[in-house]
Amino acid sequence: MIRIDSVTKRYPDGTVAVDRLSLEIPDRSITVLVGPSGCGKTTTLRMINRMVEPSEGTILLDGEDIQRQPVTTLRRSMGYVIQNAGLFQHRTIVDNIATVPRMLGWGKQKARARAAELMERVGLDAALAKRYPYQLSGGQQQRVGVARALAADPPVLLMDEPFSAVDPVVRKGLQDELLRIQDELGKTIVFVTHDIDEAIKLGTMVAVMRTGGHLAQYAPPAELLSGPADAFVEDFLGGDRGIRRLSFFPSARLELTSDPVIPLDATAEQIAAPDAPYLLVTDADGRPLGWSAPRDLVAGDIRPERLLSHGRPFVPGTDSLRVALDCAVLSPTGWAVAVDTGGRVTGVVSQATIGEAIRSAHAAGRDDEKVAG
Amino acid sequence: MNVLNFVNAFFSDSAHWQGYDGIPARLGEHVRYTLEALALAAAIGLPVGLVTGHYGRGGNALSLVATAGRALPSFGLLVLMTTLLGFGMLPVMIPLVVLAVPPILVTTYEAMRSVDPSPVDAARGMGMHESRILFQVELPVALPLILSGLRSAAIQIVSTATIAAYVSLGGLGRYIVDGLYQRNYEKVVGGATLVAVLALVTLALFWAAARAAVSPGVRRS
Repeated sequence: MIRIDSVTKRYPDGTVAVDRLSLEIPDRSITVLVGPSGCGKTTTLRMINRMVEPSEGTILLDGEDIQRQPVTTLRRSMGYVIQNAGLFQHRTIVDNIATVPRMLGWGKQKARARAAELMERVGLDAALAKRYPYQLSGGQQQRVGVARALAADPPVLLMDEPFSAVDPVVRKGLQDELLRIQDELGKTIVFVTHDIDEAIKLGTMVAVMRTGGHLAQYAPPAELLSGPADAFVEDFLGGDRGIRRLSFFPSARLELTSDPVIPLDATAEQIAAPDAPYLLVTDADGRPLGWSAPRDLVAGDIRPERLLSHGRPFVPGTDSLRVALDCAVLSPTGWAVAVDTGGRVTGVVSQATIGEAIRSAHAAGRDDEKVAG
Repeated sequence: MNVLNFVNAFFSDSAHWQGYDGIPARLGEHVRYTLEALALAAAIGLPVGLVTGHYGRGGNALSLVATAGRALPSFGLLVLMTTLLGFGMLPVMIPLVVLAVPPILVTTYEAMRSVDPSPVDAARGMGMHESRILFQVELPVALPLILSGLRSAAIQIVSTATIAAYVSLGGLGRYIVDGLYQRNYEKVVGGATLVAVLALVTLALFWAAARAAVSPGVRRS
């Protein structure tokens, strides 16, 4: 565990970058420091590997003051990833990744083999090994940056706005990749960003910092969204935090109904039987074709091209309540279609039912908070 | 008679190819002066430029020294040094080194300053020692510019080393000085041509050195 204990960073000109900050960073999880520019998040990160020395306070790594060990030893036990990757342009990709193992005295062959293994882990094509950084895209360079930081298998990974310089599509890919790698490796990651969505997506714990180096709130993302500590945090989270919080509620317990689901070759009785304003027609394999009012359907002559779009379906258990609600909102009938992982319809659910689920999930959340409080 | 005729006459005279005043001997002396002066200037300019560039301090002091060095007339300095120190190699070396240090020093400093700071930050953050950062992260990237500084210093030394002849030393300047004295313009033009060729050869050598020493990742080709 990394423990930051009332740490202050004051520069000679009197500027206070970080002000009596205390933070406990749990092992094997992602802790995100987020806040507007000038809030001291990067300074805080850089104090952990002593790129910046604190003016007051101590930082403990597994109970030991980080000042106690030589600075290079400390840094070699922590991977470091920065915004523009900071690759060595005169070295090939494989040699960039092998830097720290080589510094630790590994042989060239062993270090390169390790680098090749890491390229695969971060999703880089082995054909890129002999290329130089300038021949790679921004996203690929950042993957190399992550691989290089992981090369000597350090327990701690410090990441300073690593994905802010790439476009949104690439960024999403890198974020998903980081979560996948973290699932496999279980590092203690400290991640700095100014993007609250990134913080909520990646963080196990999120520390919201405000200008002047103050900690505004330190909580898991769901808790942050349900109970912002003050107006600053609330404002920083943005206007749709209620909706975003639904990302943390599973859709598995939604009550689905298959009454209004009929096959393409439905009989007149099957069309008339359900007491529903709309029916969902499926093909022979059970995949959704579209919606229609019962009065517009003729048994034996249901034409898929005349049906209303069924919109995007959701997968209960995998997708969150937010996705389910989104499907219902986008559906022309107000009903969301639930499918299994194979795309076959398992039922439908109305906006009203999803609304019920949201209310009960919130109530359960409040109970949890009472217990915790 | 035009210049080309002078050149032709000078190089076709077999007497100019042998003995202590022959082309090989004079060329050898000239190359030796150049290499010695360049080595001395590099021994001063490179370390100072690398260290000040790495730490980013002393830039103003450096440009002062460089401006002063450039403002000193080499010939005047040669005469002054010879008056003070008498005849010999040293009074010749001083003006050549004074001439060559500024381009080496200033370009080396600028080359180190212009290295992208993020790989340096990354290297420091992964626990690399400062000396290793200087030699293994910054220097390889700064190398093309540093070589260009050495190249212009070398070219300036090649053309200025002719002044050694004024204080009765050898080198290609011998032909120019003696030719002027003897009103032998064939000799003057021949000597000047040799200096120009040597300068071009120097350029070619530096081009080859850059091809060999600069990483394809920095050259981007």
